[in-house]
Amino acid sequence: MAIKLPIYMDNHATTPVDPRVLDAMIPYFTEKFGNSASRNHAFGWAAEEAVENARAQIAKLINATPKEIIFTSGATESNNLAIKGVAEMYREKGNHIITQVTEHKAVLDTCKRLEKYGYQVTYLPVEKDGRINLDDLRRAITPKTILISIMYANNEIAVLQPIEEIGKIAKEKGILFHVDGVQAVGKVPVDVQRDNIDLLSITAHKIYGPKGIGALYVRRRNPRVQLSAVIDGGGHERGMRSGTLNVPGIVGLGKACEICQKEMATETERLRGLRERLTEKIMGQLDETFINGSMTNRLPHSINISFAYVEGESLLMGINDIAVSSGSACTSATLEPSYVLKALGVGEDLAHTSIRFGLGRFNTEEEVDYVAARVVETVKRLRELSPLYEMAKEGVDLSKMNWKA
Amino acid sequence: MAYSDKVIEHYNNPRNVGSLDKNDSKVGTGLVGAPECGDVMKLQMKIDPETRVIQEAKFKTFGCGSAIASSSLATEWVRGKTVEEALAIKNTDIVRELALPPVKIHCSVLAEDAIKAAITDWKTKQGEASESAQHQPATASAH
Repeated sequence: MAIKLPIYMDNHATTPVDPRVLDAMIPYFTEKFGNSASRNHAFGWAAEEAVENARAQIAKLINATPKEIIFTSGATESNNLAIKGVAEMYREKGNHIITQVTEHKAVLDTCKRLEKYGYQVTYLPVEKDGRINLDDLRRAITPKTILISIMYANNEIAVLQPIEEIGKIAKEKGILFHVDGVQAVGKVPVDVQRDNIDLLSITAHKIYGPKGIGALYVRRRNPRVQLSAVIDGGGHERGMRSGTLNVPGIVGLGKACEICQKEMATETERLRGLRERLTEKIMGQLDETFINGSMTNRLPHSINISFAYVEGESLLMGINDIAVSSGSACTSATLEPSYVLKALGVGEDLAHTSIRFGLGRFNTEEEVDYVAARVVETVKRLRELSPLYEMAKEGVDLSKMNWKA
Repeated sequence: MAYSDKVIEHYNNPRNVGSLDKNDSKVGTGLVGAPECGDVMKLQMKIDPETRVIQEAKFKTFGCGSAIASSSLATEWVRGKTVEEALAIKNTDIVRELALPPVKIHCSVLAEDAIKAAITDWKTKQGEASESAQHQPATASAH
């Protein structure tokens, strides 16, 4: 089978829209284009029906009920709504929030803003495998803690947090538990009842749906969670998120969730196999390669590898017909290396050499073989260019060098 | 990030990759940068002590495409120049030649530093005092 270049293997960043999702959405742009809040005519009713159908599809994927699904413009907004919404609503009860250092900026920056308004935030550290320590969490809880926010799976290293255990602790202490589920929903079985999750952020564009639409699961029973709206104006979504609903987007998100629900088991096994194949081919042909993050608690379709002595951006340039990403500072607009890798204790020199491979629904075995071969060939070529590789081979201890930076 | 054609050209066909004998008295070695910063350049020049002309130059770089291109270009430029002419090479010349965007200017600065560090090392070997003590090459404290 001929491979189509360039190959996309950056499915943590975004995913292509599944043709089935697009097909489901199209009628809602041109034929059934009504505003779902128009209560008085068939255009509105058709739109409303589609929206309610989508709510059910999403709820089913996470073991929630349709009324507990609120639509937003994406997970960044969902995270903002969950954290700011709880902070404002429960201010009388307390002003302390617990989160952790490898969260997405949508959570971290929201917490930083709340700190400016007088809230206290504890940022739990992570261990070398990328997971939080449950004792650290227990110790951090105070009588003023109103929210714990921990992501299900990390976008850079794909490591899974001990969500079920955290949920138990939160429930025990009567603290609301928010989970950024962006990378996990649709990929691993997320169950808000089993895990005692009270708020869950979801986005469509990581699960083969369109960009610009997401959802927030807001628990209605045991306990009934209330949120202060971040966006006012019209009182849509039970007063929690005003604004005309993005009906085509919602239909897309619903369909994407339905497909994930039906295909998750087989897709997971297939992608796990591809991931193993890619990892073995690359690490089997190169020395001094390291996997970043826990091997046992990680998403099945992803791997983050550091290639010692080879800088990430130059590696990406060499495999420019393959789309992946790097934790190297050079690839970020701000020249800062990945804060996630730093939190793991990965040395900055190795952070500069890391590459993240995120496999997805549309990747094939042929693509995996091609990518492995290109990566190996490029790493070997760049190591020939690398003064660090040369020094290491000569037996120089690079950690003892006095670098003149 | 869009690279200029020249950066891509240097990356795909780097000039003068390799090493010279660092123990040769005619060879100056400059090692600048640091792994934590994501940029390390090793630039070596073989310079005739009589004519002070740079006969050969080789480089190895750990860094992004712009860093590799900057150091590759540096080796191209210094060949055939005298020490004094090489010292006159400014990072802005490299920026202009490679059309480096603002976020990559530091790569050209490092290349200029590498040239100066290599020359300083060569001068030290010839017993000349170097003009600026700041351009000392990196040293290994343990082998």
